[in-house]
Amino acid sequence: MSGINLLQSKIEVVNIGLPLFAEALAVQDIPVVQVDWTPPAGGDERLIELLDLLSE
Amino acid sequence: MTGHVVRNQIRSGFYLDSVALMRLSREVEDSPGVIAASMMIGTPSNKSLLESAGLLSVEGGKAGPNDLIIAIRGETAEAADGALGLAGEALDRPRQSSGDDGGWIPRALDSAIAMLPAANMAIISVPGAFAAREARRAMRRGLNVMMFSDNVPVDQECALKAQAAELGLLMMGPDCGSAIIGGAPLGFANAVPRGPVGIVAASGTGLQEVSTLIGRHGGGISHAIGVGGRDLSQAVGGATTLAAIDALDEDPGTDRIVLISKPPSVEIAQRIFARVATSSKHFTICFIGMDASELPGNATFAPTLRAAAEDALGGVSLGTGFDADIPRSHNRVMGLFAGGTLCAEAQAIFLAAGIEVASNAPVPGASPLGHGLAHHLLDLGADEYTLGRPHPMIDPTVRHRSIREALVDPGVAVLLIDMVLGYGAHDDPAGDIAGLLAGHDGPRPVILASVCGVEADPQIYPEQVATLEKAGIWVAPSNAHAAERAVSMIAPSDA
Amino acid sequence: MEKIEQANKIAVGRMLDSDPVLVDVRPAGEIISGLADGVILHAGPPIGWDRMCGPMRGAITGAIVLEGWAGDLAAAGKLAQSGDISFQPNHHFDAVGPMTGLITPSMPVMVVENRKFGNRAFCTLNEGLGKVMRFGGNDGEVLNRLRWLASDLAPALSRALADREGLPLKAIIARGLSMGDEMHQRNIACTGLVLRELAPSLARTSTDPETLAGLLSFIGGNDQFFLNIAMAMGKAIMDPVRGVDGSCVVTAMSRNGTDFGIRVSGTGDQWFTAPVEMPNGLYFPGFSERDANPDMGDSTIVETMGLGGFAMAAAPAVAGFVGAGSAGDALNYTRSMLEITVGRNPEWTIPALDFTGVPTGIDIRKVLETGLAPVINTGIAHREPGVGQVGAGIVRAPMACFEQALEAFAAGMGVGGVS
Repeated sequence: MSGINLLQSKIEVVNIGLPLFAEALAVQDIPVVQVDWTPPAGGDERLIELLDLLSE
Repeated sequence: MTGHVVRNQIRSGFYLDSVALMRLSREVEDSPGVIAASMMIGTPSNKSLLESAGLLSVEGGKAGPNDLIIAIRGETAEAADGALGLAGEALDRPRQSSGDDGGWIPRALDSAIAMLPAANMAIISVPGAFAAREARRAMRRGLNVMMFSDNVPVDQECALKAQAAELGLLMMGPDCGSAIIGGAPLGFANAVPRGPVGIVAASGTGLQEVSTLIGRHGGGISHAIGVGGRDLSQAVGGATTLAAIDALDEDPGTDRIVLISKPPSVEIAQRIFARVATSSKHFTICFIGMDASELPGNATFAPTLRAAAEDALGGVSLGTGFDADIPRSHNRVMGLFAGGTLCAEAQAIFLAAGIEVASNAPVPGASPLGHGLAHHLLDLGADEYTLGRPHPMIDPTVRHRSIREALVDPGVAVLLIDMVLGYGAHDDPAGDIAGLLAGHDGPRPVILASVCGVEADPQIYPEQVATLEKAGIWVAPSNAHAAERAVSMIAPSDA
Repeated sequence: MEKIEQANKIAVGRMLDSDPVLVDVRPAGEIISGLADGVILHAGPPIGWDRMCGPMRGAITGAIVLEGWAGDLAAAGKLAQSGDISFQPNHHFDAVGPMTGLITPSMPVMVVENRKFGNRAFCTLNEGLGKVMRFGGNDGEVLNRLRWLASDLAPALSRALADREGLPLKAIIARGLSMGDEMHQRNIACTGLVLRELAPSLARTSTDPETLAGLLSFIGGNDQFFLNIAMAMGKAIMDPVRGVDGSCVVTAMSRNGTDFGIRVSGTGDQWFTAPVEMPNGLYFPGFSERDANPDMGDSTIVETMGLGGFAMAAAPAVAGFVGAGSAGDALNYTRSMLEITVGRNPEWTIPALDFTGVPTGIDIRKVLETGLAPVINTGIAHREPGVGQVGAGIVRAPMACFEQALEAFAAGMGVGGVS
């Protein structure tokens, strides 16, 4: 058993990064939400480490 | 670079996605007196790319990984400074928003999921240094991942794939640009009909070529799963390939499974074949560049992408009757490819015919460039050709310079090119080449092309083929056919 | 981290459970404990005279004259520099004040009691527009108006509030949001609602129709009268959120014209400061950004509780006034603030966003994760003392405050220690 049930599901996408991938899905009527991604904490490694330690 | 002026400017803490930066760079490059323009985030690897392109100044060298470097090489100081100004204006232009909700685009993953509560897939194409973190967060929220980003450290790839296995999720990539899940083309993929063939591919254009060949010849795809270029490496051990095989093995809609990759190590290949042997489904093994080895009884070896498609279709022969009426020549073949695996397949075909070939991305047996070999098969999507520019699949104009050089090179007898269609790709690559040829006077080499796509693609396969043929380009029914035809045109003394 | 999620839930729960009621207006020296002669309370995090901006200094000299601690502004300036005056942040005395935010003993302050938690918070009365002390004004006209507030308006309001046993504020905010106020740069609706509520009691407790008419026209003629009530309410709501162990919800945002400071629940009363930024906005005719003073005031307590810039979607008119763009843009400001908050306030909803509750409880982790700094709607003061307001705009809380806060918070949680 793979445990993966994605292949039996209808695809709905969160697109993190290049908008062209979301645009391609949108024209096919595949549900997609674009994330306006920027580097977390301005890309500061120390702060990202703290965010990871303090999240979830 | 004497007589040229290099100017760099740094914007601290500025971020814009790489494709947007490339578009703006090209815009600036088009202004008079500008030889080259590039805007890149100041990571060490980007800085070395800029340096090797002669675009890095002392000033730009000081940029950190959270800074944007605007790099210009101009004919004069005035032109370079003017271009810096233009670049600044382009960067400050308000970004266009699109979509519903009044054009609002959320920043946070959780906001996106709140807007799309049934989301089950994250496509991640952020810079490699951040990609693993986004994937980790996405999987923790129950999303499968397709990661287009590359330059992700291999230990992070292993950790992500272990996390995916634990959570019962599919982790496609890093460096996965193409997939079709349940009929939904993701990334760079084609509108292939649904059918019984499942694909597991470590290569995007390999997946596209096989799926479109199947689609154009009456077959169809259940799912095509990308695993990333490094999945079958020793370090990663085929984690996603094995998970994908498991998933397709269980999938009632899949009867046959095609595996596409560069040749893995013997150990990893054995691990994959051991898994294949436990399945009751038929497998096609297309490890381009590998010698046919001992496969399980339920598997067939396919040396090319075309052969893989033929086996998946039940052993038919594709594209018979293609015969371009081209005389033999003592001159060279120049292959200018947008698709990396299409370039690899062409090399494999040359080598199988006993013809030496050089490439910037050589397959086992081929030579690197600079060995004075006649026949060049180049992957123009490789980093050295796409510095600060879009991939040629997205923007065919980045191939223009190389094509123009080949057109006027009297030593080139045959120009071999590919056209990759589908979602994400340029909307009219054939029209682009036709336009380029229309502007060319005088003799030119024979041009042999193949088109990777299907009728239902946004670019419409038959229309692209017609455009090429009208422009005097021979269109082969597959990339392998084109390469074989090129081989057959090489005069025996050159072979 | 589960402990943080629980603590933040408690923090936001206290915000939502709060029951702020405007109960009285009293002289500050009488009701703020510790506010003695020689003490001046100011907006923002702690600051000494040497680092204060022009409007702050101008207001201080005016306040010294108002209190009679010096005979004129020149003498007041000398006294201010002498070290004999103690400058203290309002926030350390349960108080808040707009722009320069000065509170001295003779000034009347409104008293908002949080009936759920029993705490009280204080804010001065709004002086109106033009030349006023909150923008650094200090001449005779400014001081006379302050005297009138103390002699006439404050006692009348005090009597009226006693007559009706206080004025509950939560419902007024709820109605104001549906009438286009965001309670920072637009308070027209709430000011009108308060006037409507208080009018019968003001009339009943009035001794003289002419004085009453003067009061009513002062309140009715000042669109921002309610801002100071909203601020006292914000302080009354946010103070019980202080000191929740493990919570990374912001309990105060405040600026003194030089520094921007924030406080975070789980790190107690520590300020995390960074240089204030310049507002980005629209200027009144004849003024430009060259005239602007950097961001100033305790009024960001309004955003801290989820109003002001956070509730921009309720106030499309403000979006134009502060230069934030179209009504669609106004919606997006609120949507983006929902990305950095723990929850939303079901009692304070915004019709234009399908009655979404205002973003409530700023989570410093989300601010850093998204790079979205809290958005603040603000008035812009002239950099020279005494000129007054020259525009209105938008300013962001500096990211550096949140970076420092995250470091300190992580240390308090025992993670991320530098080895």
